[in-house]
Amino acid sequence: MSHPKKNITLQKKQNLFGWAVLMPAVFLIAAMSFYPMIKALILSFETGIGAKMRFAGFLNYTRMFEDKIFLQALMNNFIYLIIQVPIMLIMGLILASMLNDKNLKFRGLFRTAIFLPCATSLVSYAIIFRSLFSVDGFINLLLVKLGILSSGYNFLANPISARAVIIIALLWRWTGYNMVFYLAGLQNIEYSIYEAAKIDGASPFQSFWQITVPLLRPTILLTAIMSTNGTLQLFDESWNLTNGGPANATITMSHYIYNLSFKYVPNFGYAAAMAYLILILVAVLAFVQMKVGDKRD
Amino acid sequence: MIDKGKRVFQYVFLSIVSLISVFPLYWMLSAATNKSVDVISGKLIPGMALLANWKGLLASQNVTGAMMNSFKYAIILTLISLLICSLAGYGFEIFHDRGKDIVMSVILLAMMVPFAATMIPLFQMFSKAGFLNSTIGFVLPFISTPFLIMLFRQSARAFPHDIIEAARIDGLGEFQIFYRMFMPTMRSTYAAAMTITFMNAWNNYLWPKVIMTDNESLTMPMLIANLKQGYVTDYGVLMLGVLLCTIPTVIIFFILQRSFAEGITGAVK
Repeated sequence: MSHPKKNITLQKKQNLFGWAVLMPAVFLIAAMSFYPMIKALILSFETGIGAKMRFAGFLNYTRMFEDKIFLQALMNNFIYLIIQVPIMLIMGLILASMLNDKNLKFRGLFRTAIFLPCATSLVSYAIIFRSLFSVDGFINLLLVKLGILSSGYNFLANPISARAVIIIALLWRWTGYNMVFYLAGLQNIEYSIYEAAKIDGASPFQSFWQITVPLLRPTILLTAIMSTNGTLQLFDESWNLTNGGPANATITMSHYIYNLSFKYVPNFGYAAAMAYLILILVAVLAFVQMKVGDKRD
Repeated sequence: MIDKGKRVFQYVFLSIVSLISVFPLYWMLSAATNKSVDVISGKLIPGMALLANWKGLLASQNVTGAMMNSFKYAIILTLISLLICSLAGYGFEIFHDRGKDIVMSVILLAMMVPFAATMIPLFQMFSKAGFLNSTIGFVLPFISTPFLIMLFRQSARAFPHDIIEAARIDGLGEFQIFYRMFMPTMRSTYAAAMTITFMNAWNNYLWPKVIMTDNESLTMPMLIANLKQGYVTDYGVLMLGVLLCTIPTVIIFFILQRSFAEGITGAVK
């Protein structure tokens, strides 16, 4: 410490280097996320076409709740969220704790197979599932051959079965993805805890609920927030699997926003208001999940 | 005895789930090599119609163009994104102080922003700037993501400070320390980041659908989504398109699977 002055300038220099390397990323997020967000907020209070926008107050927001298609889309997103996300997370957890068993043979093979759907693009799997579930598709063929159906059933033409197909497809695509997060989280839990529990006479069911779930809580919280966020923004599946049909019965909010902005006569103000509602929902749900997930008992 | 029963159940259960996971992809593979009639009749063995399907696909679509576009967009985005985000993660962690920690928590808020909310203003900005139908238009919104910054920040936490001090004493500049010491040690994090970024870029559908308005700029997912718009579906041709769109991400997946899992493990800790 004979040269305190030199040290201070050195530290200053390093501090500046730190700022310099993080600035490009920060600037891009500000310009590509925060700035458009503010623009969208302003837009959501305006109405009109193209450059001729005028202030409209809360008109776009009140109009939303009289718009039958929008309410349908909102409901669909929540149906997907409430049914699909819990099943997927629980399945992911069960699979991860099974695969964490060190005495299991073919672990790598099982893990790869279950994780594999994540390698398919969203458009690809949507088209594959549309084909599998079409009237002349493989699922119908199988059901007829097994004698469950007498002739091909048009799954995508009935609102309930069409939604079910979307949920099945989502489960197929994302369960393995969440499982990998849980497997990663399980690496941090000492395996001996499980062995000790077994010696104490705990059933696998008990050690799942008493050890795995509590210790994985931060990871479960992370995946729950990510899945909620993703489900509220579904677009590719709605577009490519059912095209929102039959008669908008499976349309999602993002799909409807796209239609309003780029398919019909562009109504950017109204679409922006809807997008803002998604933003608020995402934020509120994430907040609730954090409150619930962070509770320590 | 009970233990044995449980074991059997475990294997049966995992086998069924694995089968369900793999089957749709196998079906796609076999359909791509069969005639549409055979696909509809339920044939599950690879056939000989691959070449015919390929000709049918080429006749209606510019597959090579879309492939080239998708590769170009995805590779450029991945390279820039990894550089920018790893630099930022390194800066946030190694030189962290109160100011930087505050900036980081503000950035994390961007994770909550749904793309639907920024899509319309971005479209307006980009069409004014002349970025429609361009690589820069595809890439710009996704270069810097809070997720990647966080991933690199988290892994930089495990990078020993002694090494940095030693390198400084040896006279290495700050930037040299980053690319000569940090980058090679963080190989598995880079692999995980690369997998995620490349796959997201390749699979992105909504944004290119918004800004790629002319046929020359089509991406693979856009091309296969257009394939469905016929009166009669030719399953052979359709599934070949889907297969071509899937191959690159599956290859990346198999090469990087292990390091992906390791990288995620580091981030979850």
